[in-house]
Amino acid sequence: MARAVSTQRKLIYTVVAWTIALLIFFPILWTILTSFKTEADAIADPPLFLGFDWTLENYAIVQERSDYMRYLWNSVAIACGSTALGILIAVPAAWSMAFVPGRKTKDILLWMLSTKMLPAVGVLYPIRLILIELGLLDTKGALIFILTLINLPIIVWMLYTYFKEIPGEILEAARMDGASLRSEILYVLTPMAVPGIASTILLNIILAWNEAFWSLTLTTVDAAPLTAFIASYSSPEGLFYAKLSAASTMAIAPILIMGWFSQKQLVRGLTFGAVK
Amino acid sequence: MATQHSRSAARLMMAPAVFLLLVWMLIPLCLTLWFSVLDYRPLRGTFDCCEGFGNYTRFLTSSSFQSSVITTLLMVGGILLITVIGGILLALLLDQPMWGQGPVRILVIAPFFVMPTVSALVWKNMFMNPVNGLFAHLWEAMGLQPLDWLSQLPLFSIILIVAWMWLPFATLILLTSVQSLSSEQLEAAEMDGAGPFSRFFYMILPHMARAITVVILIQTIFLLSIFAEIFVTTGGAFGTRTLTYLVYQRVIESQNVGLGSAGGIIAVILANIIALVLMRVVGKNLDA
Repeated sequence: MARAVSTQRKLIYTVVAWTIALLIFFPILWTILTSFKTEADAIADPPLFLGFDWTLENYAIVQERSDYMRYLWNSVAIACGSTALGILIAVPAAWSMAFVPGRKTKDILLWMLSTKMLPAVGVLYPIRLILIELGLLDTKGALIFILTLINLPIIVWMLYTYFKEIPGEILEAARMDGASLRSEILYVLTPMAVPGIASTILLNIILAWNEAFWSLTLTTVDAAPLTAFIASYSSPEGLFYAKLSAASTMAIAPILIMGWFSQKQLVRGLTFGAVK
Repeated sequence: MATQHSRSAARLMMAPAVFLLLVWMLIPLCLTLWFSVLDYRPLRGTFDCCEGFGNYTRFLTSSSFQSSVITTLLMVGGILLITVIGGILLALLLDQPMWGQGPVRILVIAPFFVMPTVSALVWKNMFMNPVNGLFAHLWEAMGLQPLDWLSQLPLFSIILIVAWMWLPFATLILLTSVQSLSSEQLEAAEMDGAGPFSRFFYMILPHMARAITVVILIQTIFLLSIFAEIFVTTGGAFGTRTLTYLVYQRVIESQNVGLGSAGGIIAVILANIIALVLMRVVGKNLDA
């Protein structure tokens, strides 16, 4: 009897949850569907959900007309470049904070976090001015460097919370057995730290890929990533729904897939370890 | 166990990160601070010292500053209201037994990974467009006059778009929190005759309080600097100009760097007040 009630309840929860989930997901689904329509079908009245002629022409047109591949390459280079640079700087810092904590470690961590809260718009003009003076405005290098700095506090924090969970006793045991600092890092620490570093990389690529403020204000043509490319659809090309959808689908697909894999780490990374 | 040797090695390993962040924070901020006391308008070729606090008083007393603060508060407040309440309800729902919990989670979390310019444009054109948008079709189907969302309800529209992107974030964090509540305790309370409402208000909500605080604070930090969504939808028109956007317009569009820098410093100060509170909460967790 009790089981019957719970099955019925489960059914209700399932129906309600699926309905809400599909509603939330609908804008993305609609974008993907529209990207396979012709422009005429995309604005058909009443809207067509499935009964249209599927076509791939929008993807071809977006690539041909706007040199989509260049923006894609810029996005990949900027997201991966800033992540690699950030990891390179953050791993030693987080390692030393987690395993050789000093009196000031906590203050330094909190101070790093505080740089993340500086409203970007407050320093926009000086940054632009410096980049113009150096001839670096609208270059990938400049954007990679700035996104590294923007996300560095998050990377350090995430790595710190992961490294903290590695038991120090294991390191001490290795040291007792005569392991040098180098082999300690290489053979003991690295294998245990790899999962944490991997999820940090994943989250950081997502954040860098979707970053909009600096991408929009520091690039024009040469270094513009996909965020800026999509913004150029704001008018009047935006009225070509099918092409807008095709460009959007290509821009969000890789990150959507990565994001789904990293949802657990996301909580930890974005709350600076306050919620696990 | 740390020796003197490993301590100095540790300091050396921390140095690059600390140095870079220090430079990143200090140099541009000092420049902004300096510009904020100048009459600096590059297009007119003026670069005159010193205005003193002239830019600050001009910025603070302008009607655009006051309206931008109100817009910012309404926007951030509206988004927080939708995402926190929606997030709590969704987290409770997703915690229930159901078929296909994994796929449901994946669908719900998806909007968070959509880049801001894409979601703003998709909503603007394909949903909120008064002629071809899906909402227009829906309104017509119900026999109503279609709305031109972004000019008739501009602030609400942007709140809706941004809330859609941040609801998954709140849901995910609150779900993590709900799942850490021991089900045995809840069952015990149920046995003792606690109804669903008292269980929610006396057990679940207090348990989630910390996570809710974290969600509010972190979202506030990110939401105060909303930019792309306004940039591609209204461009700051129709009363959607937030403080961030106002500073952007002063500095980049009208090239009044002195005035804009004063506004930037004011934005930094306001954000820091909120940041201080956040650091307290996160800092406490470091000891725990």
